[in-house]
Amino acid sequence: MTEREKTHTFVVYVENKPGVLNRIASLFRRRGYNIESLTVGHTERPNISRMTIVSSIGEGAAHRVEANIYKLVNVLSVEDVTHATTISRSLALIKVVASEESRHRLMEIVRVFRARVVDLAPRSLIIEITGAEDKIHALVDVLRPFGILEMVRTGQVVMRRGVQERVETSSPKAAEDDTRRSKQKTGSGPSGANALVEAEHPGSV
Amino acid sequence: MNERSSDSATPRKLSGAEIIWECLERLGVEHVFGYPGGAILPTYDALTKSRVHHVLVRHEQGATHMADGYARASGRVGVALATSGPGATNMVTGIATAMMDSSPIVCITGQVGSAVLGSDAFQETDITGITIPITKHNYLVTRADEIAVSLREAFHIAASDRPGPVLVDITKDAQLGSCEFDWELAAPRVHRQVPDFFPDPAQLNQAAALINESQRPVILAGHGIILSGAGEEVRRLAETADIPVALTLLGLGAFPASHSLNLGMMGMHGEAWVNQAIQESDLLIALGMRFDDRVTGKLNTYAQKAKKIHVEIDRAEINKNVHVDAPLIGDLRAILQRLLPLVKPNRHSEWWSQVHVSKQDSAVRDIQNLPDNGHLYAAHVINDLWRETKGDAVIVTDVGQHQMWEAQYYHHEKPRSLITSGGLGTMGFSLPAAIGAKFARPDAEVWVVAGDGGFQMTMAELATIVQEKLNVKIAIINNGYLGMVRQWQEFFYEGRYAGTPLLSPDYVKLAEAYGIPGLMVSERSQVVPALHTSRFHAGAALIDFRVEQEDSVYPMVPAGADLHAMIRRPTPLVERPTDD
Ligand SMILES: Cc1ncc(C[n+]2csc(CCOP(=O)(O)OP(=O)(O)O)c2C)c(N)n1
Ligand SMILES: [Mg+2]
Repeated sequence: MTEREKTHTFVVYVENKPGVLNRIASLFRRRGYNIESLTVGHTERPNISRMTIVSSIGEGAAHRVEANIYKLVNVLSVEDVTHATTISRSLALIKVVASEESRHRLMEIVRVFRARVVDLAPRSLIIEITGAEDKIHALVDVLRPFGILEMVRTGQVVMRRGVQERVETSSPKAAEDDTRRSKQKTGSGPSGANALVEAEHPGSV
Repeated sequence: MNERSSDSATPRKLSGAEIIWECLERLGVEHVFGYPGGAILPTYDALTKSRVHHVLVRHEQGATHMADGYARASGRVGVALATSGPGATNMVTGIATAMMDSSPIVCITGQVGSAVLGSDAFQETDITGITIPITKHNYLVTRADEIAVSLREAFHIAASDRPGPVLVDITKDAQLGSCEFDWELAAPRVHRQVPDFFPDPAQLNQAAALINESQRPVILAGHGIILSGAGEEVRRLAETADIPVALTLLGLGAFPASHSLNLGMMGMHGEAWVNQAIQESDLLIALGMRFDDRVTGKLNTYAQKAKKIHVEIDRAEINKNVHVDAPLIGDLRAILQRLLPLVKPNRHSEWWSQVHVSKQDSAVRDIQNLPDNGHLYAAHVINDLWRETKGDAVIVTDVGQHQMWEAQYYHHEKPRSLITSGGLGTMGFSLPAAIGAKFARPDAEVWVVAGDGGFQMTMAELATIVQEKLNVKIAIINNGYLGMVRQWQEFFYEGRYAGTPLLSPDYVKLAEAYGIPGLMVSERSQVVPALHTSRFHAGAALIDFRVEQEDSVYPMVPAGADLHAMIRRPTPLVERPTDD
């Protein structure tokens, strides 16, 4: 990939059916794109699930993935919310080494980060933190010197601020997006595809 | 759709297997191409009570290509049937072929019982998992009462929007189980497939303005024209604004070859003047084509001076390879109908004379214009076939040099008269696809044009032709090589012919072993008489054309090279190719 990569966040509404996750993941896998985090859960509507997918990819790649997710039969809508104003949260449980002496300092850190201690054992404690990615990063950095024994993170969930129409078919808007993209002439497509064609020479019969 | 309404009101109790046939009948299916086995046996048993005609193939890959050929020849959904495990995996190549070329087929596979799914039971493969990337959609059906809705959805998805293959994997217990059959209740519940939107007036105006202002426009005509049935609209657009029309391989037939505005095929083995015109154009109007690497050559030198209008049903194709100035997303025919009133009558005489200059240069290199040196060239065979059939036959090609010569020397006037594997380039496609095409268009003269390599991949289907008493004509372009690969070795690997010299059986004897009359032709003068004999034979016939072994397809744009950097046919013929 010659494109500049950036963290892209997609919100996808899907039918809650077997295999849907596989189909979506497959679109990333076949292009060699890595998924940083992926969350799925029920929504306010029955049989409809919502996914938040975070992937570090170029602008053109993001456009391509979005358009291909949209084509999946079980997908109701897909939106790349990277450039929208959103609230983003994830949760982490972090088990740290806690000796008699360090326990006080850990409590202090927990208070400053508005995290919580959810388990206390003789030589360790578990901290729960909810927040935007950077806040969790910051806490992890501060805890590292104490000795992190184990950590688990949920991956991001993202919601747009305010009220907007739900783009159920996503088509008219998507079509508009395509025109807009064309006008802006973002680096969609050519560079990546080009590299492929050139590397292929003399190519395949 | 040929729905029987009489009995649809009262639900009846049917087995899953019976439901399969009942649905296929109601969906208008007349022929199913299949091969039986354990996991699909209940369905075969129920076949005895169905009106659907089953064609026994010799390999499940053949079944998928037949369904594909049927679909491409008719525009209707083709159906293939196979058992689980090896039956299903044998379908993979055919499914991928249909996917790449947007061909609407439905593949039905038997699956082991739902109770043992995932246990590595005998002949179990995860065929839905395997085919996720090569189908438009697929279903794993584990209950009889899910069969009808799955099949109805599968047909809907395969044929709508940008068409493609759909696989329905049905467990044995679902075939054996029974339920109330209610056609109405099984209506497709697909959320959205057919794009229900069209470009707004502003977008149409923008595109029309580009067309009206252009001095050097070129229409790039693709497969989408045929799929959308937009041939007439494309002709009106070209004629109104006097625009040259270049075609993709799969677009051949979408615009009449004999039309004065027709330029010919573009791309790797396109005509030199066509590629030249694209490179010099100031506006490309891409209609139902996807800027595949075989038509663009090197992307960052592709049509640099041209603005691009892209009319396309699949949003994922917009800006994929080539930056587009005016995308119009939706059904091609519907969009052109809205666009046409905005396009002003125009003449581009200067542009045309520029195009004609480069055309003259190419004409002298045309093999048809070279002196007869007594050798038989594949191009002669194809050209004579075109003349003899008056361009009226349905030609089904395999993949390789002969495929490109077909595209260059058989001039297609009508949509669906060329059936060829473009996107996947699947050798072995032609014979089975021709069988499917013949079922779709029994009155058409159907010719297979195959290489000696590809023909040997699926020639077992000769037996299917005989068993079904089909009148399919076969021309083998026998050059003793995997010719296209040999050509690449000649041009790019200093003539080291590794793995490309190819032995063939005696095709005349082979044909005769199947009861098919065969002829062998090695001289130019024998071509027309042999074609004549075969054409007027009442059934299938085969001709083994022993052509020049080391001829190459010209012009050629090497993969990844600039579209205008073509290797041209040396003249006279004996010269080595040089890059000009
Ligand atoms: C299934 C498959 N395997 C390999 C290839 C690569 N390939 C492309 S053309 C070609 C040679 C075809 O030889 P033949 O059928 O004799 O046709 P010719 O080029 O000689 O006309 C090969 C091997 C392919 N396209 N499909
Ligand atoms: Mg050959």
